[in-house]
Amino acid sequence: MSWTPEIALIAALVIPLTGGLFVGLLGKYPNLREGATLTAAVLLAVNVAYLVSVTGERPELIYEIGSTGLSFGLKLEPLGALFAAVASGLWIVNSIYSIGYMRGNKETHQTRFFFFFTIAIAGAMGVALASNLLTMFLFYEALTLSTYPLVAHKGDAKARRGAAIYLSILLGTSIGLFLPAIIATQFIAGSTDFTVGGLLNGQASPLVASVLLVLFAFGIGKAALMPVHPWLPNAMVAPTPVSALLHAVAVVKAGVFSILKVSTYIFGPELIQAAPASNWLAWIAAISIVLASIIAMSSNNLKRRLAFSTVSQLSYVTLGAMIAAPLALLGAALQIVMHAWGKITLFMCAGAIYTASKKTEISDMRGLGRLMPWTFGAFAVGAFAIIGLPPFGGMWPKLFLMMGAASTGQLALIGALILSSILNVAYLLPIPGRGFFDPAPKEGLKQPGPLLVVLPPVITAAGVTILFFLIGPLTEFLAPVFGVEL
Amino acid sequence: MEFLASLMPLPLAVHAPAIIVVTPLLMAAIAALMPNGRLGWVVTLVSTVFTGLLALSLIVDVQSAGVIFYAMGGWAPPAGIEFRIDALNAVLLLVIAALGLLSVIYALPSVADEIAEGRQALFYSAFLVCFAGLVGVAITGDAFNMFVFLEISSISTYVMVGMGADKDRRALTAAYNYLVLGTIGATFFVIGVGFLYMATGTLNMAGMASRLPDLSDSRVVQAAFAFIIVGLGLKAAMFPLHLWLPNAYAYAPNFVTSFLATTATKVAFYTLVRFLFDVFWPEAPFVAISFFWVFAILGIIGMVVASVQAVFQDDARRLLAFSSVAQVGYMMLGLGIGTAAGVSAGMLHLVNHAMMKGALFMALGAFAVRFGIRRISDLNGFGQTMPLTSAAFTIAGLSLIGVPMTVGFWSKWYLGVAALENGWWWAVAALILSSLIALAYIGRMLAAIWMAEPPHDKTGGIAHARAPWLMLGPLWVLAIANIWFFFQPDFLISLTNAAAEAAFSGVTR
Repeated sequence: MSWTPEIALIAALVIPLTGGLFVGLLGKYPNLREGATLTAAVLLAVNVAYLVSVTGERPELIYEIGSTGLSFGLKLEPLGALFAAVASGLWIVNSIYSIGYMRGNKETHQTRFFFFFTIAIAGAMGVALASNLLTMFLFYEALTLSTYPLVAHKGDAKARRGAAIYLSILLGTSIGLFLPAIIATQFIAGSTDFTVGGLLNGQASPLVASVLLVLFAFGIGKAALMPVHPWLPNAMVAPTPVSALLHAVAVVKAGVFSILKVSTYIFGPELIQAAPASNWLAWIAAISIVLASIIAMSSNNLKRRLAFSTVSQLSYVTLGAMIAAPLALLGAALQIVMHAWGKITLFMCAGAIYTASKKTEISDMRGLGRLMPWTFGAFAVGAFAIIGLPPFGGMWPKLFLMMGAASTGQLALIGALILSSILNVAYLLPIPGRGFFDPAPKEGLKQPGPLLVVLPPVITAAGVTILFFLIGPLTEFLAPVFGVEL
Repeated sequence: MEFLASLMPLPLAVHAPAIIVVTPLLMAAIAALMPNGRLGWVVTLVSTVFTGLLALSLIVDVQSAGVIFYAMGGWAPPAGIEFRIDALNAVLLLVIAALGLLSVIYALPSVADEIAEGRQALFYSAFLVCFAGLVGVAITGDAFNMFVFLEISSISTYVMVGMGADKDRRALTAAYNYLVLGTIGATFFVIGVGFLYMATGTLNMAGMASRLPDLSDSRVVQAAFAFIIVGLGLKAAMFPLHLWLPNAYAYAPNFVTSFLATTATKVAFYTLVRFLFDVFWPEAPFVAISFFWVFAILGIIGMVVASVQAVFQDDARRLLAFSSVAQVGYMMLGLGIGTAAGVSAGMLHLVNHAMMKGALFMALGAFAVRFGIRRISDLNGFGQTMPLTSAAFTIAGLSLIGVPMTVGFWSKWYLGVAALENGWWWAVAALILSSLIALAYIGRMLAAIWMAEPPHDKTGGIAHARAPWLMLGPLWVLAIANIWFFFQPDFLISLTNAAAEAAFSGVTR
């Protein structure tokens, strides 16, 4: 039997789940257990690479549930393939990092940690490959539930409170807003399948579409559009690898990816532009971008600053989806990739700093760069990428978003984007700046952190740089989705 | 199923409607004579298995023949009592037979734990009487006979609830309270039936149905309608007539709670459907007005208010009892939508709720038999202490919330679709709100079970226990059914669609 695209679709779910099973079974043998995680990560990445190569065939697998008219299904299309590739690729790097971090900090309950990590990745894969809203919703919730034990990992009162906020906001918005929107979609269109050109296009009036758009935008709470963002900073009580992969890549990107996918395939650019709500939502996104940047600036805790930076950066995707011009959508899709690589770098650096020095506050990190040059170097590269400077990958999405906004004449939004970039400079660059140029702390460090913790951010920092030059193939891959003419 | 039914000897098959009621009644007397609880249980098991097979054959017959008429003792209606089984009560028969059998299997360890040894045989006897009464209510086609069976089942229920006093004396007041309210309900019902008899001159439901349309302006008929609705609403625990239910469920023996929660209120709900659509008729002005102003409104208020009350309960079974009141609200909403789709959704939720609540109460009973838990805080860490039972509890709990991949999702889906077809978007909003509250109260229990640290024994270890297999078996059958029927919903949906169709086509021949 040869490896077909259909089998690969199933395998994208089965590989991490099986990995999780082995992690659970091998709990008593830490080295074998970590072996299971890494094997699953590599196998998944290979499988996803194969999927990316066959995206053109649009393979799909559908399970009709009786005669109810609902179905579960997996279907491969470029956006999903891209998200799957980002998540699975970064999972490898992050697994290495997790092992170093969890051992370096002597965390407890490591089996539980790695087990739920694999389940969460399976959830992210499901979100990426879902062929309709119902399937997406299911994996979306699976992702929420499987990351809850990760957020609550420390088990103290603070972790529990943070995790409770995390869970209640994400479940509340998804059941209270996302699910009704799905039901309404099914009721209006008779299906929830992701359709090229937009399922609701031509079936819903702009007014109905507006209501639905608002429900989706806030119901997909993982996209952290203000005011449903508080779960994200609260989730920072999690160990840093969780923050890194889940809150820079899998969870939050599942959110904005869902927004992008819904706006592209459920509404379609035409309907979004016709719906009055898209304009308001674009402004809410723009306000989120600026406001979250300002909050980030005022925060002295490094992870909290990064969390608000994430809130801000996620809204770029929402913004692009709401502008809905081809270039803006392309920019939004690229932002998912570029921000993932940039932000995971920053988070992993934050964790590396904590592992080496136990420092969490930015004001305590002066001069640390002299002792941890690799870490702070990687941090600087990640920061440049987030700001959007060439030659780092983060430049492209901002460029395309601005061009998209210009193409629809929404010039004020360009102003918000520029303002945000300036704020990015203000809150990100001082950290490596002070780290390198202030005198090193007197007490010094025993060592600049274990290799397994320092190496991964350096790898992703290199990745961000390489991505700058990969823009050609990436646009070519995504162009058919958005009808961009290059 | 057809094959099993074909094995039935002919005389048995012909007289099945009578035998299915008479068997448990007679066996109740035999069970009472048994010297110990174990033998009483065997008698009960044999008779529920036997009735289960009869029910199966009846259901198969209904599917091929449409409607089965059976004149009791050969006396043709209107003089005699008629039993009448169509697609609507076939669903009820299925629920009672299946849940009755599962509950009985489950009963042995639970009853042995909770009822004093000398009274166990009598307890099983009371159960069989109750079982016979419920089956009788479900299949009778005679309004007064329905009252009789309703009282047979209710009075034995009061006894069974009261027998919880061996564990907790509060069961006595709960049973007394239930008795008072249940009797008021029965009285209202029989007054209504009396009025109808006065107006139509018959007690046969089909006979009433054929004469009532000419009498729609009659005050007597309208008063009868009001009495019947209140009486049956009390029995069905329709908000705000549910006050007897929380304490009765909380203090009854665990087995009784899981049996009652899955069957008793369901049967009362069925009688409401029967009277609204078949004895009365949905186009009558006073019936049409009740759909919205009574059933939909009270259903929705019940869905939300009882759910909120559930959130603040401390006693695990009381919490689920309030949740049951809320779930009755869902069924009432389906009824209140007043279309075939709405009734079908209500019936679907009736079946689904039997599966999920049955599993939930059974799991609590399994916890209780090992550790005597009552309060939610007692559930701390049961995920580690009793993982098998906890897993089944979790599945059923998710189903109650209505998570996709569990059957509870279809309940809410079809209710929502039926409401939207009527343009009742606010009902969908209420459905979702109520589901969110369900998430809160079930989440509270799941958080205690899975997240909290289990209490440690003196040696510092965690106690481990497994519920008896006789409890785990039925519990897991229900838990798996909750998942199975999500992926294979056609069986249930065709059943409930046929039931709704039967309700709308009326009882006349």
